[in-house]
Amino acid sequence: MLYREAGQFKSTYAADMAIFPIRQDRMALWLLLAVAFLGVPLLAHFRIWPLGSDYFLRAILIPFLILSLATVGLNILMGYCGQISLGSGAFMAIGAYSTYKFATGVHLPLAWFGTAISIDPLPVLPSILLGGVMSAVVGILFGIPSLRIKGLYLAVATLAAQFFFDWVFIRVKWFTNYTPSGSVAAPEITIFGYVFHTPIERYLLCLAFVAVFAVISKNLVRGNLGRQWMAIRDMDIAAELMGIRPLYAKLTAFAISSFIVGIAGALFAFVYLGAWEPLAFNIDRSFQLLFMVIIGGLGSILGSFLGAAFILILPILLDQGPHALGIPVTVETVSLMVLVVTGALICYLLVVEPLGFARLWSVAKEKLRLWPYPY
Amino acid sequence: MIRKLLVLAAVAAGTTAIAGPALAQNEQFIPLLVYRTGPYAPNGIPFADGVSDYLNLLNERDGGINGVKLTSEECETGYATDKGVECYERLKGNGPTGASYFSPLSTGITFALTEKAPGDKIPLLTLGYGRSESRDGTVFPWNFIAVGSYWTAADIAIQQIAKEMGGFDKLKGKKVSLVYHDSPYGKEPIPALEARAKKDGFEFKAIAVTHPGVEQKSQWLAIRQDRPDYVLLWGWGVMNSTAIKEAAAVGYPRDKMIGVWWSGAEPDVTPAGDQSIGYKALMLQHPPGKFKVHEDLEKYLVSKGKSIAKDDFAQVLYNRGLINSMLGTEAIRTAQTKFGNKPLTGEQIRWGFENLNLTADRIKELGFEGMLKPMKFTCQDHQGADQARIQQWDGKAWKTISEYFTADESILAPMVKEQAAKYAAEKKITPRDCSKES
Repeated sequence: MLYREAGQFKSTYAADMAIFPIRQDRMALWLLLAVAFLGVPLLAHFRIWPLGSDYFLRAILIPFLILSLATVGLNILMGYCGQISLGSGAFMAIGAYSTYKFATGVHLPLAWFGTAISIDPLPVLPSILLGGVMSAVVGILFGIPSLRIKGLYLAVATLAAQFFFDWVFIRVKWFTNYTPSGSVAAPEITIFGYVFHTPIERYLLCLAFVAVFAVISKNLVRGNLGRQWMAIRDMDIAAELMGIRPLYAKLTAFAISSFIVGIAGALFAFVYLGAWEPLAFNIDRSFQLLFMVIIGGLGSILGSFLGAAFILILPILLDQGPHALGIPVTVETVSLMVLVVTGALICYLLVVEPLGFARLWSVAKEKLRLWPYPY
Repeated sequence: MIRKLLVLAAVAAGTTAIAGPALAQNEQFIPLLVYRTGPYAPNGIPFADGVSDYLNLLNERDGGINGVKLTSEECETGYATDKGVECYERLKGNGPTGASYFSPLSTGITFALTEKAPGDKIPLLTLGYGRSESRDGTVFPWNFIAVGSYWTAADIAIQQIAKEMGGFDKLKGKKVSLVYHDSPYGKEPIPALEARAKKDGFEFKAIAVTHPGVEQKSQWLAIRQDRPDYVLLWGWGVMNSTAIKEAAAVGYPRDKMIGVWWSGAEPDVTPAGDQSIGYKALMLQHPPGKFKVHEDLEKYLVSKGKSIAKDDFAQVLYNRGLINSMLGTEAIRTAQTKFGNKPLTGEQIRWGFENLNLTADRIKELGFEGMLKPMKFTCQDHQGADQARIQQWDGKAWKTISEYFTADESILAPMVKEQAAKYAAEKKITPRDCSKES
């Protein structure tokens, strides 16, 4: 009833090709954006439930946004271009450490050439973007093998990136500015002289990044480039015969994906953790992102958000459930139970809907559009 | 039907979650970041048990601190930094005045919380771990690296080696290797050991072991080739017992191994059985075993079935947990002398920490005589003490084999100062002036 497009006529090609051709979808999106950009900060400002304390903002929404962004990045590579990557944790780390280096000043003595590269500390915003660029450059380098190797073999090659960069950031002291412990602390986040200090400001910063990159990604995958990626994903030989260059298509996917993942890494380190060590971006992080993409739905931007929400928030909810309900169980029982229940739910979901939450959503949408007269 | 039940359950869960907020009472909330699961659980559990038992003892025996009841809640971190941050955010606002202090028992989580604590005004009590330079209270007002830092530990370990060899002059040309957990925790002692190596002329080598430390064959083969005179062990959890087993496998004498105080508890040596005999470790002042405070614990908790400890009662890490809670609650007690006997905020408790003076009499009164030496915190000095002893495992129990060593401040104090100044410059912190604080 409410969700029907009857009477919505499109009179221009632009309207016909809009990202959200149905009016209700557009309204829902604007409503969501309004809630995210205005509603959440207002609730948090006036301390109204569920944002009565910083907890919801700082421990759930901020990491959710950042990991969603990383999932969007990985989804471009895995979901749209079909290149399996197990190295996303490494690309997050590259983003984080490069941003740290740019924000605290780069000094690289090149003794062989008798010169040195010196860059003064940059403001945080350009540092984050440059961190993304560095991650993209490394992404292209590690994407080159994808021209020859495919599928599971490529996954192993990207796994090498993961271990290599774990090693680099532990061993090469230059990246950590020679701190004795190898743990680095992010400098203050200042953009155009404005210090992002309160949780609300930090939340808005993350939200802005996520919104911008989600829009860019959504448009990219609908355009020429996205179609090339999908052609490569669906059948690379056929795509090549149709005149799509695998080199260009695959490497752009690697570059853009790593760029977004790198920015997510920088935000995770700077905004969420504040101080970090390479362990924060180890293989577990790569798997976490991989699960988010698969559970959310390969090849769906919306799915990235749903997957991130499921994998990140469900364990936290389960962890707090027994306590909130007043059931007396020890923390060890709860944390083991969380593992069992999350694992079981993932299996269940993949059996019932192997294509992830994105598919569930599109089925629901189809049904809603026909309701109450299904055929 | 099942669906309906599920919906009902979800609704019920939602409503109870909303109706949650506790009434403001005469209660002081102490958050507990613990790890009772994962590769570090064997060491995390006894510590957490000691921490909880002491808080319960105060409630059962004295009815809290000066009439203010202590409440606490555990949150499982699994030793992971991001989980630790989530737990911190979850617990920091509980209770009528918020969290009293945090003790994460993880160097990684301590580093992350060091960035967050000043904003939330909550002290961090890191008993024998964390940033060594956080001893400097002018730059790190919220960190209390009580009783000793890793630099203290490194220095004292070298002093023990010198004593065994018969003097510092005998160290020249000798080889000392450090087998360390490859994380901020394991890397912390390296600068202190390098400084010591430069001064005493021994050859120092650092050998990394990847988390969680179950795979260290190649490291010990390298040690067999290199034949260092001493091996220092900076491990945690399963890494410690694995190191002892590997040392036995390559025939490295265990009495030439000295572990840090986090590598010197029962779960570290018992899995290796007789192979552990002779292994030495630093003590964070206190030994295992029962003291006066344990009589009260047995009387008020164990006999009534209220203790959560099982066979870890009076073990090394259990006793360390008791000390952790004792220092924290004594800080609260000290703060009450200034702010009154009511629930206090983190900022007020920080004042308590900075003015905490544990005299020998007070330690005896608390039942900790023989476990700790007197210590005093100030605005400047957030460590309070820099002494430690050495213990040795005889196959059944830890035996104290040395007197107290005092760390050489002529080496460490300038390092603390330099690193703290570097941190202050990087974070644009103006060190506070302690002479102006009351």
